[in-house]
Amino acid sequence: MERVGSAFLIAGVLTFLLGFFLQGVMPILTLRHVPIATVEQVATPIPATFLQLADDYPAEFRRDFGEPSTPSFVRALELGKATYVAEACWHCHSQFVRPVSKEDLRYGPVSTQEEYQNRMHLPHLFGTRRVGPDLIREADKHSNDWHMAHLYDPRSVAPYSVMPSYPWFFDADRRPTARALALVAYLQWLGSWTQAPEGGTPQ
Amino acid sequence: MIATVDGRPLVNMDLVRWHLAASATFLAVSLLAGLAYSFQFNNLYPFGGVEWLSPGRVRLVHTNIAAYGFIANAFIAGMLFAIPRLTRRPILSDGLGWLVLGAWQLVLVLTIVGQLAGYGQAIEWGETPVFVDPLVLVGLVLLVANLATPILQTREEGLYVSLWYFLAAFAWTGLVYFMGNYLPQFWVPGTAGAAITGLFIHDLVGLFVTPIGWGLMYFFVPLLLRKPIWSHALSLIGFWGLAFFYPMQGVHHFLFSPIPMYAQYGAIVATIAVEVVVFTVIVNFFGTLHGRAEAIRGNLAIRWFFTGIVMYGITCFQCAFQVTLTFQKVIHFTDWVVGHAHMVMFGVFGFWIMGLFVELWPRAVKRPWATPRLLTMHYWLTLGGLSLMVVDLTAAGLVQGFSWGSLSHFGESVAASMPFWWVRTVAGLVIVAGQVLFLYALVATARQPSVVTSPRVRPELAGVGD
Repeated sequence: MERVGSAFLIAGVLTFLLGFFLQGVMPILTLRHVPIATVEQVATPIPATFLQLADDYPAEFRRDFGEPSTPSFVRALELGKATYVAEACWHCHSQFVRPVSKEDLRYGPVSTQEEYQNRMHLPHLFGTRRVGPDLIREADKHSNDWHMAHLYDPRSVAPYSVMPSYPWFFDADRRPTARALALVAYLQWLGSWTQAPEGGTPQ
Repeated sequence: MIATVDGRPLVNMDLVRWHLAASATFLAVSLLAGLAYSFQFNNLYPFGGVEWLSPGRVRLVHTNIAAYGFIANAFIAGMLFAIPRLTRRPILSDGLGWLVLGAWQLVLVLTIVGQLAGYGQAIEWGETPVFVDPLVLVGLVLLVANLATPILQTREEGLYVSLWYFLAAFAWTGLVYFMGNYLPQFWVPGTAGAAITGLFIHDLVGLFVTPIGWGLMYFFVPLLLRKPIWSHALSLIGFWGLAFFYPMQGVHHFLFSPIPMYAQYGAIVATIAVEVVVFTVIVNFFGTLHGRAEAIRGNLAIRWFFTGIVMYGITCFQCAFQVTLTFQKVIHFTDWVVGHAHMVMFGVFGFWIMGLFVELWPRAVKRPWATPRLLTMHYWLTLGGLSLMVVDLTAAGLVQGFSWGSLSHFGESVAASMPFWWVRTVAGLVIVAGQVLFLYALVATARQPSVVTSPRVRPELAGVGD
C-alpha cells in the first residue's frame, strides 16, 4: 500500500504549493517592481519629533543614542520596533488604515502596499485586533511627553484606556530608559512619510 | 491492549498517557494565562507592573500554549492510539516516541519562558521565539517519521479515511510552520509578508488542527458507536474538498488591507466554497449517528464529539458570512473575531479533545473513571461558559464595529465594551471552574488503587454510560 499512502503525502504538498502560489507568491510578484528599502533609507529625513526628543530628554538621549543623526535614528527605530514586538503591542494596535468604516477620517490616508515595502516592516505588524486605535498614522498626533506619560500610566492621559502601564521602561527616578525613547521615536515615525515635509507637499 | 506485533505492544499506552498528561497540564497553563489577561480589560490585572507577567506577553502564552501544548499533545496522543490500530503496525520506534515527547515539552517550556522574557515573535499563532522554531521543525520531522511509517508500510487493503487526513496533515504541518515562521520574519516584508502570515494563521488551523481533528473523529466516532461511517462518498468529497480549497484562503484574515484585491477576492470565494464542503462532513457524521442517537446521552465521549461537530457547523456557517466584505467592514478588528476563534479552537477542537480524554484516559491509566459525575459537571460548565463567552464577544464585536463606524471617540467604544468584558471574565471563570473538576477527575482516576484484574473488562466505560 506504499503507493496509496505516498499519494496523500504528495497531494498534501501539491495543494499546499497551489495555495501558497495563489495567496503568497502572487502578492510578492505584484510588488516585484518596488525595491525593498533599507532602514537607513526610510530613516531619512529624520522627523522633527526625533530632534525634539533629544531636546526633551537631553541627558538620557545622549546616554543612549548620542547625537540625533541618521545612524542614531536607525538604532532608535530598530530598538523601538523590537520593544513593540516584545511587549506584543501589535495584538491590540493594528497598523493599516482600511478604505471603509470612515477610517480615513478617523486615522488618516488609506494604506497602500508600496509604503510597507521596506525592512522596517520585516516582519510586518498589521495586527488583527483593535483594543486600542490603529497606529500607522500616529506620527505627530501626540507630543513626545504625552507618549512618555501614556507609557508610564495610560489612564493619566487617556482615562478610558485599558492599556497596561510599562513602568519598566523608566528608571527609579521615572526618567525614560533607552526602550522608552526608542519606542516613542518609533511611534512618532509611523506614518511620518505621509506628512508634508517643511514647505513641501505630502508624498 | 493485548495485541502485539513481533513481541511489541501494538499501541504504546505509556506514550499516550504522558502526552495526555502534558496536554492537561498545558490546558491549565493556557487557561490561567487567558483568565489573567481578561482581567486587564476590567482594569483589575493581578500582576500589574511586573515586567515578566505583562498582559501582552501573557496573551502570547495563552494562545500558543493552547495550540501547541493542549491541542498538539492531545492530538499526538490520539494518533499514537489510532494509527497502530488502523494499520496493525506499531509506530516506527518507541524510543523516538519518547524523544519527541520530551522535545515537544521542551519546546513548550522554552516558548513560555521566551515569551515572558520578551522574545515572542511577531507572527500571529506563531509567536514561539525565533530560537525555538528550528527545534519545532526537528520535532515535527521526527514525529512524522514515527507516525507516517506504519501508514506507509501497512499491508492492510486500502487506507481508511482517518489515515488520509493524517498523511495530508503530516505533509502540510512542517511546510506551513516553515513558511509562516521564516518567510515574513526574514525575507518577505510588508503586504506580501502579511499575505503569507494570513496564510499561516489560516493553515495552522486548517491544515494542522482541522485534518488531524477530523481524522480522529473518523476513527473514534464509528468505534464508539460500533457501526461504520455512513457514506464513503461523502468522506471522499469532504477530504478532497478540504485539501483543495482550504490552503488558498489565507488573505481572508486581512480583508480591506493593502494586499492586492484579487488575492482578497480569491480568498473569499475559496472560503465560501470550503464551508459548503465541510457541511458534507457534518452530514456524514449525523448520518452515522442516525439510529444511535441515545449514545449522546449515554456516552460522554460521543456527547463531547457531537457537541464539537455542532459547534463546527455553527463556526463554518458563521465563516461563510463573516468572510464577506459586507461583514468585514463592521466586525474586523473587533471582539467578534475573538469569539469566533474561541468557538473554533476550544468549542470544536478542545471539545473533541475532552472526548478523547473521556475515552483514552481510563485506558491509559488502566483504571475506570473515579468520579463520573464530576465529568458530567465538567461538560456542562465548559459548554455553558464557552457559549456565554462566544455570544458575549460576538455582541461586543458588533457594538465596537458600529461605534467605530459612527466616528464617535475611540474611548466611547472602550466604555461600551466594559460590560461585555466583565461577562467575558465571568464566562472564563465558569470554564476554569469546569477544568478544575476535570483535572481533579484525571488525578483522582489515576491515583485510585487498581481494581481491574481481567483485561477483558472494559474499564473505560464503567459509570460513564453506554
